[in-house]
Order: sequence, then C-alpha cells, then structure tokens
Amino acid sequence: MKPVIEMNKIVKNYVMGDVIVRALRSVDVTINESEFVAIMGASGSGKSTLMNIIGCLDDVTEGNYQLDGSDTNSLNKDQYADIRNQKIGFVFQGFNLLPRTTALENVELPLLYDRKERIKNPRQQAIKALESVGLADRIDHVPNQLSGGQQQRVAIARALVNDPAIILADEPTGNLDSKTSVEVMSVFQELNEQGKTIILVTHEHDLAQYAKRTIVLRDGHVIQDNKVEQQQSAKTVLANWIEE
Amino acid sequence: MKWNRIQKIALQSIMKNKMRSILTSLGIIIGVCSVIVMVAVGQGSQAQIEKQINSLGTNLLMVFPGISNQGGVNRGAGSRNKMKLSDCEAILEEAVHVKYVSASVRSGGQIIGGTGNWNSSVEGVSEQFLDIKDWDLESGEFFTAKDVKYKKKVAVLGKTVADELFPDMEAVGEKIRINNTPFTVIGVLEEKGQTGMGNDQDDTILAPATTVLTRLKGKDKINMIYVSANSLEEIDAAQSEVEEIMRREHDIDYGDDDDFMIRSQTEITKMASETSETLTLLLAAIAGVSLIVGGIGIMNIMLVSVTERTREIGIRLSIGARSRDVLTQFLAESITLSFIGGIIGILLAVGISLFMNNFTGIYTIINPTIVFLSMAFSAAVGIFFGYYPARKAANLNPIDALRYE
Repeated sequence: MKPVIEMNKIVKNYVMGDVIVRALRSVDVTINESEFVAIMGASGSGKSTLMNIIGCLDDVTEGNYQLDGSDTNSLNKDQYADIRNQKIGFVFQGFNLLPRTTALENVELPLLYDRKERIKNPRQQAIKALESVGLADRIDHVPNQLSGGQQQRVAIARALVNDPAIILADEPTGNLDSKTSVEVMSVFQELNEQGKTIILVTHEHDLAQYAKRTIVLRDGHVIQDNKVEQQQSAKTVLANWIEE
Repeated sequence: MKWNRIQKIALQSIMKNKMRSILTSLGIIIGVCSVIVMVAVGQGSQAQIEKQINSLGTNLLMVFPGISNQGGVNRGAGSRNKMKLSDCEAILEEAVHVKYVSASVRSGGQIIGGTGNWNSSVEGVSEQFLDIKDWDLESGEFFTAKDVKYKKKVAVLGKTVADELFPDMEAVGEKIRINNTPFTVIGVLEEKGQTGMGNDQDDTILAPATTVLTRLKGKDKINMIYVSANSLEEIDAAQSEVEEIMRREHDIDYGDDDDFMIRSQTEITKMASETSETLTLLLAAIAGVSLIVGGIGIMNIMLVSVTERTREIGIRLSIGARSRDVLTQFLAESITLSFIGGIIGILLAVGISLFMNNFTGIYTIINPTIVFLSMAFSAAVGIFFGYYPARKAANLNPIDALRYE
C-alpha cells in the first residue's frame, strides 16, 4: 500500500492577539491509498485545523506533511492552489456550489483552473463525473432546482472531476436528513471501492461506521486510531430502510 | 491560466447576474452617451454657425462707414459715411488680392406689381454681387456691368418677393414699381433661406447700385462695400490693400483714424467658433464628470459584489484558483462591464443624435475621436475602479471565505 498522506509531528499554533491557540500538538498520521478514514472529534478538538492542513488550505507551524509523495512544506500560495486543484477534491457541509450555475458548469469549474490542462475535454469529463454519482439527467439544473442530496452529489462530482489523490469531505451530511445522509455515504463507499482515498471529517459516530478506519482527536492530539471492526454497508442500510 | 478561460468565467458570471450587470453598466452607459451627445451638440452648433457665416459670402471682407465723433458727441457706427461708388471702382482696379467688389445701397418701400403689392427692401449692388455671395439665379439673368453703368431700371427678385407678387406666373419680363419707379424684372434668385438670426434672406430685391442711388435714394453715399479676396489665404493681404486704397481715396492723413471699418469673415467665424468651442468644452466637462461618477458606481458595485460573493471566491480558491486568477476574473468582469457599457453608450448616443437631427431643431455631429476617447476612457475606468475590489477579492483567505455567511 502506498501512503498518500504522511504527517510527521504536525504542530499548528494560531496567534490571536496576545494568546497563542495550540490547535494541533504533534500529530502523526499516515493514510494509505484506497483508505476510507473518518476523522472525528468534538468541536475544539483540532479536527477542522487538521482538515485545513490536509486540504492545503493552511500551512503547518512545525512538522512535515507529505501529500501523494511530494513535500508540502515551504510552498507559496500559488503552489498550494495548484496542489488543491490537482490532488484534492473538496466536499463541504454547505455544498458550496455556485448559485445560478448549472450542475455541469459547477463540476467543470476545477478543470478550468487547471493550468496544465491535463484534461483536454473538460465538458466530457464533467459529464462523466456527474454520471458516476448518478446525476446524468440533472446536468442542466441549477442548484436551487436540486434537492440537498442531489446538490451534495454534484459537489462530490466536482471533487472527483480532476481525478484527485484524496477526496476530503467536511461534515458532508451536516445539512441533510438521515436517509439522504446514508445515500451520500453510499456514494462515498462506491467511490472507495473503485480505489479512491476518502477522508471524512465528522462528529457523528453513526457516520464513522461507514468508514474503514477512525481517527479521533482531542485537544490537538490523536487519542485513538482504530480499524472499524464491522464496516456498515450503506447500500444494505438503504435496502432495509424503514420509513418512520 | 489561459486568458480565454478567464474571460469565459468572467462572462459566465456577468450573464448569471444580469440585473447586477445592467445596473453596474448603467453609469458608464449614461456617462459615455452624455459625453458623445454633448460634444455632438456642441460641434453641431459650431458647424451650423460656421455654415451661416460662410453663407455671407466667400472669402469676404466687409467695409462699413466709420464713427463720427465731433465735439465729443459720438454718433455711433455709420454716422460718418464718406463711402462712395468710386471707392468700389478704385478697389476693383488697384487691389491685386481682390477678385470681386460690390457696393451695397439699401433702400426699400412698397413694391407694386403682378397680382398685388408687398413691402420689401431693395439692395443696390454691382454685377459681381452673386459671385461674392455664392448665390445663383432660379430663372432669368442677372444685370451686367453695362446695366450698372447706364443705371438701367432692372431688378432681380428674391424668392419670397417673387412668390408674393407673382404667385402662379413667371416673374421674369414683368414690370414692377418700387416707390412708383418702374423696374423690369430680369431674374429671380434661388432660395437661400433664413439667417442664423431668423431673417428671411429671400425677402429682397436686387438692382444696380447706380440705379438705386439715383432713382430711389437721391444721394451718393453707399451703405457698405463687399470685397471678395482671391482665396482664404489672401484675405489678410486683401484687407491691408483695401485699407490703403480707402485711406488714399478719402484723403486721410498719416496718423489720422480711418473713417471706415473693415470686418473680415474669418474674424467673425473665429469669434463665433471660439464661443461655441468654449460651450462644447463646458458640455464635455459636465458629461465627463458623469463618466467618472459612473466609474465610481462600478467600483461600488464591484466592492459590494466582492462581499456578496465571498463564498464563491472561497469555493474558487479551494478548488485551485490562484489569487491571480480571482484578480483577473474580477478585473475582467469590471472591464467587460464598462466596455459593454461603453458600446451601448455609443449606440445610444448615435441613436439620440440621429433623433435630434431628424425630429428636433438641434443639429449634431458625432466626432469619431470623441467616440474612440470615451470608449478608451470607459475601459480605463473599468481597470482603475475595478482593481481595488479585485485585489480585495484575490487576497481573501480561502478558509475564512468558505465560512463566510
């Protein structure tokens, strides 16, 4: 198994006026290819900070972070932007789709910012990504014509479209009802089976059961790093779903 | 990142927010439009004034009688008239820069003839008068040097007079009576229209100056002399020649004041166009202010738009847009908006000035330089007033921008 993420003694401090907030205090995490990891913790545990660092939205104070074999230390803003563009697919809690913009155009967006233009036909690639999340018939719909679950699937398609090393999902079901949440999890499981590395940041224990491994943070430390004994299949849960 | 992709993103953003885009452009549309229309009105009136002055005649000098100031009593312009027909002859014979000369003797009265009577002015002139005025005949012929020399009682009618006295018949060959003196109509002038002041130039009768002096006025003083120089360039030379000849004819000693005044057409044109140039400049300045206000409007909306679109910027940054991409996008948006606004403004301005030309009395000329300038200016406004909001957007932190509610 090839490691995708290697974090070595990561420290992150925020300076807020006179106070130094120590968000992460020496975190070591290694995540391999094709893993499905849930990062958990209460608010204030440092999981958002960890996610920002994994997602190259923020830099580290100390330590070493290697993503997909390349060192991310001492990179400038533009290089971070390029890494986000090529190696990371984001899925957010609030979907974060562009309003008044069709599903297709939303999914196409990361490819437009690819300055290497690795993908020659962005439109075709975007349609393929939308098909893979089961939204082939919704490509011309704008976000407010789509349900929450569909919007999140568009967002997943957008995260997929540039074939990233990891998909980073931050509370992806926070705005969804429980059945739709399971549907979204089933999309993630499907992608994981196809070999995608998925990192899920959540505070819900129920959701963590769909992952293969859980990492629990508290006060800036990793306090638990376990394999999930019995991974739940979202498909099975959906099949046995009883409407209340 | 390729420019056409940025342009595509910017255009998408503009199209998806039509109301906001229209409101943003409105300032530029009005600004560009008013600059062009104002200058068009200014230059149109300038051209019209020049046209009216040129209709006075070609390369024209006008010699007027001087001012009488005897015993401290100033009698006003024309009060010291010593100008005679002999002055005209002297100028025509001696001045090398002069092509045509005509006296002007004004009289008037009740004209009887044809089907009725009419009150009009009679102007006694030389046979060269039509060449000076660049005026043609509609029918018949003009009087000759011989007619002038022998004081023939012939008359050429202005269009208005001809229409009043001979409404449905040929005027040429008919007899008319001016203050009971019989004249033969030998020609009718073509229509010349009104002067800038609203005077009907066609309500006149032309007759040989000699005839008018002896038959109608009974004295030898003439009202003014028209002199036409060989060309525009020779006007100044002609003016000094005429002055010299007039001084000699009037026996004015060296050092004494002239008893006449010479006004050249270029002088009058210059005076009039200076006035209207100032006016044009003033109008353009006012319109220019509105263009700047339009630019500030663009900056306002772009700034509000940065705040409103913070989340969008966060999304773009998180999926891999560089700061520079965001900067370029916002800049491209504001430039496109002001450029499109500029084009709409130009089209609107062309429409308005065509409307003015066809449906109102205001004559306008659209100046291509001003069109180009205001176009360039509106693009510059887009860059200048778009840069600050664009930079603000580009420098947002993606984490904060994504959390922005």
